[in-house]
Amino acid sequence: MAQMTMIQAITDALKTEMKNDENVLVFGEDAGNNGGVFRATEGLQKEFGEDRVFDTPLAESGIGGLAIGLGLQGYRPVPEIQFFGFVFEVMDSISGQMARMRYRSGGTLTSPVTIRSPFGGGVHTPEMHADSLEGLMTSQPGLKVVIPSTPYDAKGLLISAIRDNDPVIFLEHMKLYRSFRQEVPEEEYTIPLGKADVKREGTDLSIITYGAMVQESMKAAEELEKDGHSVEVVDLRTVQPLDIEAIIASVEKTNRAIVVQEAQKQAGIAANVVAEINDRAILSLEAPVLRVTAPDSVFPFSQAEQVWLPNAKDIVETAKKVLNF
Amino acid sequence: MAAKKNQQFDPVETLQAIEEKFEMVQVLNEEGEIVNKDYDPNLSDEQLEELMKRMVYTRILDQRSISLNRQGRLGFYAPTAGQEASQLASHFALEKDDFILPGYRDVPQLIWHGWPLHQAFLFSRGHFKGNQMAEGLNILPPQIIIGAQFIQAAGVALGMQKRKKEAVAVTYTGDGGSSQGDFYEGINFAGAFRAPAIFIVQNNQFAISTPRELQTSAKTIAQKAVSAGIPGVLVDGMDPLAVYAVTRDARERAVKGEGPTLIETMCYRYGPHTMAGDDPTRYRTSDIDSEWEKKDPLVRFRKYLEAKKLWNEEKENEVIEKAKEEIKAAIKEADGTPKQKVSDLLGIMYEEVPFNVQEQLDIYKAKESK
Repeated sequence: MAQMTMIQAITDALKTEMKNDENVLVFGEDAGNNGGVFRATEGLQKEFGEDRVFDTPLAESGIGGLAIGLGLQGYRPVPEIQFFGFVFEVMDSISGQMARMRYRSGGTLTSPVTIRSPFGGGVHTPEMHADSLEGLMTSQPGLKVVIPSTPYDAKGLLISAIRDNDPVIFLEHMKLYRSFRQEVPEEEYTIPLGKADVKREGTDLSIITYGAMVQESMKAAEELEKDGHSVEVVDLRTVQPLDIEAIIASVEKTNRAIVVQEAQKQAGIAANVVAEINDRAILSLEAPVLRVTAPDSVFPFSQAEQVWLPNAKDIVETAKKVLNF
Repeated sequence: MAAKKNQQFDPVETLQAIEEKFEMVQVLNEEGEIVNKDYDPNLSDEQLEELMKRMVYTRILDQRSISLNRQGRLGFYAPTAGQEASQLASHFALEKDDFILPGYRDVPQLIWHGWPLHQAFLFSRGHFKGNQMAEGLNILPPQIIIGAQFIQAAGVALGMQKRKKEAVAVTYTGDGGSSQGDFYEGINFAGAFRAPAIFIVQNNQFAISTPRELQTSAKTIAQKAVSAGIPGVLVDGMDPLAVYAVTRDARERAVKGEGPTLIETMCYRYGPHTMAGDDPTRYRTSDIDSEWEKKDPLVRFRKYLEAKKLWNEEKENEVIEKAKEEIKAAIKEADGTPKQKVSDLLGIMYEEVPFNVQEQLDIYKAKESK
């Protein structure tokens, strides 16, 4: 096994599926020769040729339409949207078209597209690059939305996403790209979409989270353990569809929960998770389910970013409120 | 002091020179006479007769659709009368393997490509079974988001190029659609990839109520092709022979690997934008209407074919009767299709129904069985 960063694991997953299935096409702005601005598609054009790995003109909407059309010709397109903050330019292709292709064709056509895109704060990008817009995606029926938190998960989830016959939005947190390495098998493996993963077992409190907040939650769990609290960390991995069974199983075990997301309070997944817990496990709860999120402003200029983004300290504070309720 | 004239390059003159180049192609004039013999596509007698049949049939389909709509027996409908040459003569230049990405008014081309009439009626009524395309039928259901079909056409065309198919992607929009960003992105992507696509703008003069001159400062829509570096052509959209000829040429270039073409068909819709309450008298005068009616594609093609002894009243009536019978049968078939249910739709949101959707599916199935 090799030690890989998340970006290496992503490149490895792309390579694996390009070898497995000649219908897989990788494209986007600077995705060809340059290997993408984060080098996620590094070396792919050299290995698989310009016919399968290529640069597109600079137009996100066009990239979305291209992916839909290629999908209609039996290809499995894996376009890159250079930064997810640019997604507004391609919203019709995603929400108006891909997400309803199966539905509006009465189940006869599909959009087997995997849109990969870097997102998330903490890396001092210019404006409109770092927003956590996954909530926008999860309010659209017909899409799957996947957000890995580790290199190992990234590879297995991306392979599953590419093989999936429905459109998948695959969001790669920029802060996680090179923040740590992990053992990643060189051979192929898949991680099913829609399945959460318990990253740390515990009995007193469940932290339900995803993406870069998994690392912060793990740090918080360690802090809380020093005070004698046994904390479970549930990594959603897929935020649409939610793994409701895993969420409820954890809450029924610990009887207390907080939900942590990097996105603004009004703009994300956490409210939905809280509602599901209320619907299904209210009698198991010993305390209200609280949220740790960013505040409801637009994503801040980079100098304010570190305070704006939720961190382990915020998580510990909120966890204590729930533990001491 | 007067500004010095740039001797090397005059941007105003250059624009004017380009605009003058986009003259309207015409083969058959309003009187049914060939005015451009060199560009006559020389269709066989059988082909000429078949194209006439299709245009007459489609005019009847339009009339029947409007009256069915008024009786409450059809849903969404966008009238097509006036655009028969633009729609059907362009389609006449296509092959079965060509893939059509239509706008919402382009139901006739889909029907002649093989979409069963009763399915078109189901689409109009808002039933998903209308959109279930048979295997090998290369069409999408009519696009509602103006311009979205242009970027998708670039993708279908690129896919055909990669598959080495001898086929083209053909997409349609109106003069309003040419103002969308997706219009430009579509022609530009297809141009950059030299993909086999034909982009047809049916300039019927009004986008709902907004006149063509408010859409753009460009003198023609065809000249917008220049911005993407692809050929563009302006054609008399009321002239079936000219529309056929330019589409055939565009198709030939595309399958030879010479890239996409933008075609602007100058035409007119006699009816309202859709049957959902649009009142053309708010934005058009009867003078404009009658001016365009003189250019009618059926009238001029009928004159041409009658002169060639290929058409007469008897043939016309035969087509009209056939159309009426087939429309009646298709409506009957659509009437017999079971009503769609919420559970039908919940079941096809994804390939595999996720947990949350399954719960809701069960609830709706229970509701529907009551």
